[in-house]
Amino acid sequence: MEWLNTILQGILLGGLYAMFAAGLSLIFGVMRLVNIAHGDLIVLAAYVALVTVQALGINPLLSLVIVVPVMALIGYVLQRALLNRTLGDDLLPPLLVTFGLSVIIQNGLLELFTADSVKLNAGAVEIESIAVGGGLAIGVLPLIQFALAVAVIAGLQWLFYRTAIGRAFRATSDDPSSAQLMGLNNSHVFGLAMALSLAIVAIVGVLLAVRSNFDPAIGPARLIFGFEAVIIGGLGSMWGTLAGGIILGVAQAIGAQLDPGWNLLAGHIAFLVVLALRPQGLFPKVQG
Amino acid sequence: MRDRLLEVRGLDAHYGDFQALFGVSMHVAEGEVVAVIGANGAGKSTLLKCIAGAMAVRGNAVLFHGVPIGGGPAHETVARGVALVPEGRRLFPSLSVEENLLVGGQIGRKGPWNLKRVYELFPMLEERRHQPSPSLSGGQQQMVAIGRALMSNPTLLLCDEISLGLAPIVIRDIYARIPAIAAEGLSLVIVEQDIVQALKTARHVYCLQEGRVTLHGEAKTLTREKISAAYFGV
Repeated sequence: MEWLNTILQGILLGGLYAMFAAGLSLIFGVMRLVNIAHGDLIVLAAYVALVTVQALGINPLLSLVIVVPVMALIGYVLQRALLNRTLGDDLLPPLLVTFGLSVIIQNGLLELFTADSVKLNAGAVEIESIAVGGGLAIGVLPLIQFALAVAVIAGLQWLFYRTAIGRAFRATSDDPSSAQLMGLNNSHVFGLAMALSLAIVAIVGVLLAVRSNFDPAIGPARLIFGFEAVIIGGLGSMWGTLAGGIILGVAQAIGAQLDPGWNLLAGHIAFLVVLALRPQGLFPKVQG
Repeated sequence: MRDRLLEVRGLDAHYGDFQALFGVSMHVAEGEVVAVIGANGAGKSTLLKCIAGAMAVRGNAVLFHGVPIGGGPAHETVARGVALVPEGRRLFPSLSVEENLLVGGQIGRKGPWNLKRVYELFPMLEERRHQPSPSLSGGQQQMVAIGRALMSNPTLLLCDEISLGLAPIVIRDIYARIPAIAAEGLSLVIVEQDIVQALKTARHVYCLQEGRVTLHGEAKTLTREKISAAYFGV
């Protein structure tokens, strides 16, 4: 029963990792940009939520109404003003620029908010749980978190395959110069993709801030979890990303159950095993 | 004197240090079909790319409705009513046939062309509308590429070697649709290596050789000798 509980908690945690990964793989899929600052942008979103909550005195979960559009706007402007200039045949310039961005965000947050760790308080919902029998209980907050992850993945899937903007994302990803010749403004399409990515980052940032303590330096570790979930799941597949996140979450939970020190190690080992045995990931996109 | 829809004046184009076009001038009247012929590497595709706004050239080297449009950006050129059927078709491989067409229509220009009309023009596309575009034959893919360009309701359609790599019977089939397309009042510039096809379809012909216009005139008045002299420079 203890093990069942461990796996269940791991699955719920995996939803969060899948959301770390979704924004990352969206950006890589549409514009071949590896966003090294992704983890730091998550932390930035957490601090935007902190400021919003302190200023308005609202529940952190309600602050999403403000944090999501703010981060989306930051994403659009960031893409149009900076990142579009780095895109080209070479993967290296965007890598270097987002690495620099990562350093700037971390140090900027450190200046503004100090290195003290903080946490958002969502109230009673944090400790509420639903008994599912057999002595097992599921926390309401992890459940909300997992439901949001499934909703985000399903929403992305729908957007990519059922809407005009999703079609534009896929067309631009296939052949940017041809897309431009068909009347798509690539700079704008890329701006929208980054806005969408940072909207997801905003959700993740708020959930992270409610879940545990955070400080300006925790971004890079979130980036690693995101990368690992993408690679375990297979690039280009949204549901694969969810599965990748869940596998990572379960591996970490099992590791922690065996020995509290093996938490992260177990996740990294699961990732390395997948990378060694199935480098294309477990559910890679099927080429039509 | 009919209105000049497109005017190219003294157009120079470069790929880095390499100059591909030298002072090319041409014009297309409203509703006219113009062919550009020439050997491989003569600069035909480059000329179309310049008109479509995909190359950095002097703004007033390309005038559309008298407005300088040289140098693009390409997506704005499409919005003005210039659509390109690119060389090698360049369909979006991860999109279905219908999605490829819809991307062409995303610009939202008003006009006679929509999904229904494109399917009337190329009925075999309708049966395959949900297939991935790479699963189609070359000729069918070329029809998608033409349909995709038409979906933006252009007033000027640029066709870059639509016969490339296709069987003669398929080429004839595709060229048979050109009059129906032109009947909607749009002008066409057709780049072709197949001179016979070009002379049959177009009223005016321009011949390029090594980036320069070596011959132009009405298709009817050009003799075979004149054309081969301009084509090969012999």
